[in-house]
Amino acid sequence: MKLEIIVAVIVLVFTAQFLYISSTTDAEYGGADGEAEGVIDELTGGTYEPIADPIWEPPSGEIESLLFSLQAAIGALVIGYYFGYYKGKKQPM
Amino acid sequence: MHVMEGFLPSPWWQIWFAISLPVIIYGIYKLNGLIKNKRDLLPLLAVAGAYIFILSSLKLPSVTGSCSHPTGTGLAAILFGPAISAVLGLIVLLYQALFLAHGGLTTLGANVFSMGIASPVIAYVIYKACTKAGLNFYIAVFLACAFADLATYVVTSIELALAFPAQNGGVLTSFKAFATIFAITHIPLAIIEGAITVLIFKYVIQIKSDVLVKLDVLSEAGLRKIKEMTT
Repeated sequence: MKLEIIVAVIVLVFTAQFLYISSTTDAEYGGADGEAEGVIDELTGGTYEPIADPIWEPPSGEIESLLFSLQAAIGALVIGYYFGYYKGKKQPM
Repeated sequence: MHVMEGFLPSPWWQIWFAISLPVIIYGIYKLNGLIKNKRDLLPLLAVAGAYIFILSSLKLPSVTGSCSHPTGTGLAAILFGPAISAVLGLIVLLYQALFLAHGGLTTLGANVFSMGIASPVIAYVIYKACTKAGLNFYIAVFLACAFADLATYVVTSIELALAFPAQNGGVLTSFKAFATIFAITHIPLAIIEGAITVLIFKYVIQIKSDVLVKLDVLSEAGLRKIKEMTT
């Protein structure tokens, strides 16, 4: 149990920092990837043109979050199955 | 952590492809060996891949007021070594490049290098060094995964800095600018990734500890010690 408590405390501290910072500043919480684009603009004086465009972009933020959740769901399914399967195997009914 | 599509000019995107490709080929070769000879380890391989899937889909808000996501490659690296982790990383990066416009196909080589190669190598080296030094298993896992996660972002910063050196100050100035965005944002997330990966290992030890000995992650004696400690 000790490890779980330590992890829970870390997650709580993380949540607290988010609540504190998001309520005291007007941080936008944009993606760091996009911010890098800004730095590139600054460094090159805005002259850099991307050499390629994404072949397909999610048409909206909703679709994007759908695909992100799908990604997480696939992952969670596999991990849940694995732990459930072996836990069940260990304790026969 | 991605370098976005089109944001690495020639010759950099080709260079990163050239560096990453041999590792991927070696990883596929090792993966084939695993699939043929050690079938009982495949479920755990799926877990390692799935873990990268989950963590790299979670964009978390950080202290700097921007969002970034952990990578989860540390788990795979400790279990299966860096080469196989590179292949798992490639799968996730392809998914995100094709369906989410995160990262991209021209920058795939660079992204595979930062997330799939550099970060697992760091995890692997730190883990082996810590266990050799006799450090507690869970602390070793935590350090390996946290620093591996951070390494992804440091390497991404290096990749961008090399491609976009500042007019005055050169690569180093650019690196500082990119690292401020990527690496600093990422410190809290790296700590979280380390902590969560420790829990995953705890549960693997509880339900199927023999695979860890088979994979040479832990010695028989090391495993017994951890089990005594927790019961």
